[in-house]
Amino acid sequence: MPRKVIVLSEIKDGSIRNVSFEAIAAGKTIAQGGEVVALLLGESVAHLADPLFHYGADRVIVIEHENLRHYTSEGYSQALMEVIREEQPGGIVFGHTALGKDLSPKIATKLDSGLVSDVTQIEASGEDFLFTRPIYSGKAFEKKRIKEGILFITIRPNNIPPLEKDESRTGGLEKKNVEIKDLRTVIKEVVRKTSEGVDLTEAKVVVSGGRGVKSAEGFEPLKELAAVLGGAVGASRGACDAGYCDYSLQIGQTGKVVTPDLYIACGISGAIQHLAGMSNSKVIVAINKDPEANIFKVADYGIVGDLFEVVPMLTEEIKKLKANA
Amino acid sequence: MNIYVLLKRTFDTEEKISVQDGKINDDGVEFIINPYDEYAVEEAIRVKEAHGGEVTVITVGSEESEKQLRTALAMGADKAVLINTEEDLDSGDEYTTAKIIAEYLKDKEIDIIFAGNVAIDGGSGQVGPRVAELLGIPCITTITKLEIDGKNVSVIRDVEGDEERIEAHLPVLVTAQQGLNEPRYASLPGIMKAKKKPLEELELDDLDLDEDDVAAKTETVEIFLPPEKKAGKILQGELADQVKELVSLLRNEAKVI
Repeated sequence: MPRKVIVLSEIKDGSIRNVSFEAIAAGKTIAQGGEVVALLLGESVAHLADPLFHYGADRVIVIEHENLRHYTSEGYSQALMEVIREEQPGGIVFGHTALGKDLSPKIATKLDSGLVSDVTQIEASGEDFLFTRPIYSGKAFEKKRIKEGILFITIRPNNIPPLEKDESRTGGLEKKNVEIKDLRTVIKEVVRKTSEGVDLTEAKVVVSGGRGVKSAEGFEPLKELAAVLGGAVGASRGACDAGYCDYSLQIGQTGKVVTPDLYIACGISGAIQHLAGMSNSKVIVAINKDPEANIFKVADYGIVGDLFEVVPMLTEEIKKLKANA
Repeated sequence: MNIYVLLKRTFDTEEKISVQDGKINDDGVEFIINPYDEYAVEEAIRVKEAHGGEVTVITVGSEESEKQLRTALAMGADKAVLINTEEDLDSGDEYTTAKIIAEYLKDKEIDIIFAGNVAIDGGSGQVGPRVAELLGIPCITTITKLEIDGKNVSVIRDVEGDEERIEAHLPVLVTAQQGLNEPRYASLPGIMKAKKKPLEELELDDLDLDEDDVAAKTETVEIFLPPEKKAGKILQGELADQVKELVSLLRNEAKVI
């Protein structure tokens, strides 16, 4: 049965995040021919709406308010609940991002509804949908269904492909006024610590370092390799515990779970906790001095050697390739 | 201060996962306090040490969770509450757990509640924010620093590697992110003392709840393991040639660059 689906779009560095286009595709699937309505929130964001249509949104609702300049769960909740009241959707899709993780359980509770988080695949099963999601940080998977009420899910970046971009697509753009007030939490300051704007969980390429990187400076060649590949830098717990990098880079059972197209593990032994965070990457390259390192067991391609020799050579080769392309 | 911590018992991170009869097999598995909840316990104890008060640790589970509660008591928590659902519920989801915890907390005087930002087994990170919402108090997730001054709370929140400095007022629920603190080990005297600390065991009945009030909104229909990854190709020859070969393989075979 067709149902209306609301998709929350997210903005980063002045453009719509890729995961929001993936969320539109997920919305299309569960809408079963119903309307997909993208919601765009911020202080001045209406000019960003076009790509949402290009990727398949049927309508875009824009709510602009100074209290929506930064994400707060209360500000976004007020806007979202107003839209939900008016639109009466049968489905809601968020990205499973910092914002989506923070906001979705609160909205689900307000709606007295279930919520399936971190979905990597959607399949129809009769009238129903089955949502696949990782458990034990990807050591296993489960398929869940929502027994009643709104189909509310968050989707993991990089897993559900967006629809083909079609720049001829347009749709109805509606501006809505909602009073956003009485925020109980106030953001005083936002400190940017990440560089280049490629988010680890959304990156198509991740270059990751372990204890073998030996120091904070040791991450430099990895950063250069990530830069030529347009990727992000990650780390094992060992590297974080040793103080070589920030915990926000940690990949593993504690830390982030990533599923990029290409994962390059440099000087990482491959503890089971780390493998949980990355072994579902599409292609894995391991670079390690120790031929017995566990990481080679999950790697598609391995080079036994010193990362400080191999990584700069790899950066140079890829630069050459890109120059010739 | 009245300080509460939400805690979950989980598989040790070292454990391999196997599936038997469609369920996760827990034979012979070591259990721990969910690592993010351990940060929550530690932070709660630090707040008590700085501001005075009492730390109560709550879990929803079975008798077996007593061990993790005792560990939290040995670290320095004062009281523990085990809401035992083993006899009443066949299955539950995040909705179920949050509802039960909120029902327990709703009449309590609360200054601050700590939870882990996610459990490493289910991995959905829903219960903390759901409880805050049910209690009608603000919730700040993934914090890496906390300061309390009177009724004012100032936190640093990790947002995908960037930081937000957020201010709020008590009461509040916060969820712990890695980097918040370094959890202490329970000392031997701590372990001895923990045996005598109060551990209250409740069932749904004691909270005036029945099964239907907390019936799950979602259900798991299948559990499976990801396909085993086959060991790949270890490249051979001169290092420079290996690197060239790797780039060519990534380009032409794997098609990822």
